Amino acid sequence: MTTTAIPDAPPATPAERPVRRRGRRQLLVHLAVVVLMVIWIVPTLGLLVSSFRPQSVLSTSGWWTAFAPPYHFTMENYRDVINQSGIGRAFVNSLFIAIPATIIPIFVAAFAAYAFSWMEFPGRDVLFVVVVGLLVVPLQTTLIPILRLFADWGLTGQFAAVWLAHTGYGLPFAVYLLRNFMGSLPKSVFESAALDGANHVTSFFRIAVPMSVPAFAALGIFQFLFVWNDLLVALIYIGLSNSENLPMTAAIANLVNSLGGGWYLLSAAAFLSMALPLAVFFGLQRYFVRGIVGGAVKG
Amino acid sequence: MDSRFITAIWVVVGVPAALVLYIWGTERLINLLPDKWQPRVRPWLWLGPALAFLGLFLVYPTIRTIIRSLYSRNERNQRFIGLDNYEWFLTNTDARSALINNVLWLLLLTLFTVGLGLLVAVLVDRVRYESWAKSIIFLPLAISMVAAGVIWKFMYDFRPPGAPQTGTLNAAIGTVGINPVTWLQQPSFRLSTFALIAIMVWMWTGFAMVIISAALKGIDPELLEAARVDGANEWQVFRKVTFPLLGPTLAVVSTTMIITSLKTFDIVYTLTNGNYDTEVIANLMVKQMFVIGDFGRASAVAVVLLLAIIPIMAFNIRQFRAQESVR
Repeated sequence: MTTTAIPDAPPATPAERPVRRRGRRQLLVHLAVVVLMVIWIVPTLGLLVSSFRPQSVLSTSGWWTAFAPPYHFTMENYRDVINQSGIGRAFVNSLFIAIPATIIPIFVAAFAAYAFSWMEFPGRDVLFVVVVGLLVVPLQTTLIPILRLFADWGLTGQFAAVWLAHTGYGLPFAVYLLRNFMGSLPKSVFESAALDGANHVTSFFRIAVPMSVPAFAALGIFQFLFVWNDLLVALIYIGLSNSENLPMTAAIANLVNSLGGGWYLLSAAAFLSMALPLAVFFGLQRYFVRGIVGGAVKG
Repeated sequence: MDSRFITAIWVVVGVPAALVLYIWGTERLINLLPDKWQPRVRPWLWLGPALAFLGLFLVYPTIRTIIRSLYSRNERNQRFIGLDNYEWFLTNTDARSALINNVLWLLLLTLFTVGLGLLVAVLVDRVRYESWAKSIIFLPLAISMVAAGVIWKFMYDFRPPGAPQTGTLNAAIGTVGINPVTWLQQPSFRLSTFALIAIMVWMWTGFAMVIISAALKGIDPELLEAARVDGANEWQVFRKVTFPLLGPTLAVVSTTMIITSLKTFDIVYTLTNGNYDTEVIANLMVKQMFVIGDFGRASAVAVVLLLAIIPIMAFNIRQFRAQESVR
């Protein structure tokens, strides 16, 4: 199975397809692709343009009128959002939540994935299937018992609650992805290392981890996006009563519910929340797509 | 520098260090054991942290939720009420509406994301700007559902007829003379539910496309060429050769989309909160828990969601076993 990443995709080779009426058909293909691209980009473009328009014109004219004179563009929305509505703090909270909640499950999953790949023990396959099966447990099922547990431990409202929860929720996918990758590494490398006297700890740190860097990168990006974009887990374990610890998503959800029409703030706030994931996505999409595909298709 | 920052640094450095130390330390201890016991003990120590997290955050709460769903609302003196909470779910009109909507979500979201994903994957395979097209289609997946909600508030915005429309969609239909529609406050024909599903289609088509596209590129071009030499036209090649070969991939993508549609919450919570006949099961559960405070009923709703997912879990496990056997 090829694991072609988006930017690496080889150019299509219509020249190799000697098909009659190719010209007209190809035109239709171009038309369809371009139409789809336009439909897909318009919503995001609309938000981006709106976030730079002043409040006064936002409610009286559509974002597309911004491209015709008279031009009204401003940075004020961003300034207001950062200064007034606590979004700046929420942005920092999101980082505090997302970075540990990305790193911890990767480490935990790496050890488990190595054991599933390169150690023999009774019940290994059954246990792995159970772990993968947990992928489909709905988050909502776990909320009430975990919330009570956290309350008993005095963790509700704290970042630690969200770190722990995201580690638990992210693990089935993390173990699945890493095991697929580690399990497909060449067996001979591990065997010759064992012959040279390497124990499992050495094999893990010297062979398995360095060779699995693409999988770690993909997993890191995916888990980061998942945690950064999460609303439900944060809303429940941190709670509206501890709003000083809530992440971007919760702050924006509050703005949506409370302001309704306060669009000039919403658009800028939403774009701020997207900026980091988009940067992560465009910076690392190569790894991202390759790793996901490796896990999902290759099996 | 606030204290949270210091805590975060401690966690980012400390937890991985502790885990590495744990593995290193247990290896030392294992070496003290007789040779025969070492390979039997080691895997469980390596799996330990992961199994602890999974047990605590997924297995234990699922069991607790199932038990809690059989008890009454009151937290202080819980009464065993058997299946009453389920009876409430089956007879309540909101719940029925949520069930219908979840079925709509399941069918339409899966159909459209997989269908469009397949279409795009096949089409972009034939153009030179493939990577651009794919990136644009994939981009919404990197956006949080909450931000997507804001984006689509702009798309669906409504102004009374006559006023200049600021919503992209109403402005677009206005140019051909159709009156503006209140897309997100429209219970008739469950129009608002369809409007919400459209948002998720926009978000998840890229996911389906990327995976299907990778599978497409894995198909041996000689197979397709052989079919063409035998006189098959492009459509026949697709239907008789490409499509069957994509089968397992389409199954994986469809499964993911079905699970996503059953778990739908964020987009409904932010845009309509279940009003105008857009309720879904996950949002109903969160309402029972945090607005009404009935943990018994909320648990029952969660169990219903779990039951709906069991057939899919079974299918997945079978699929996975089949894959493992050829590994």
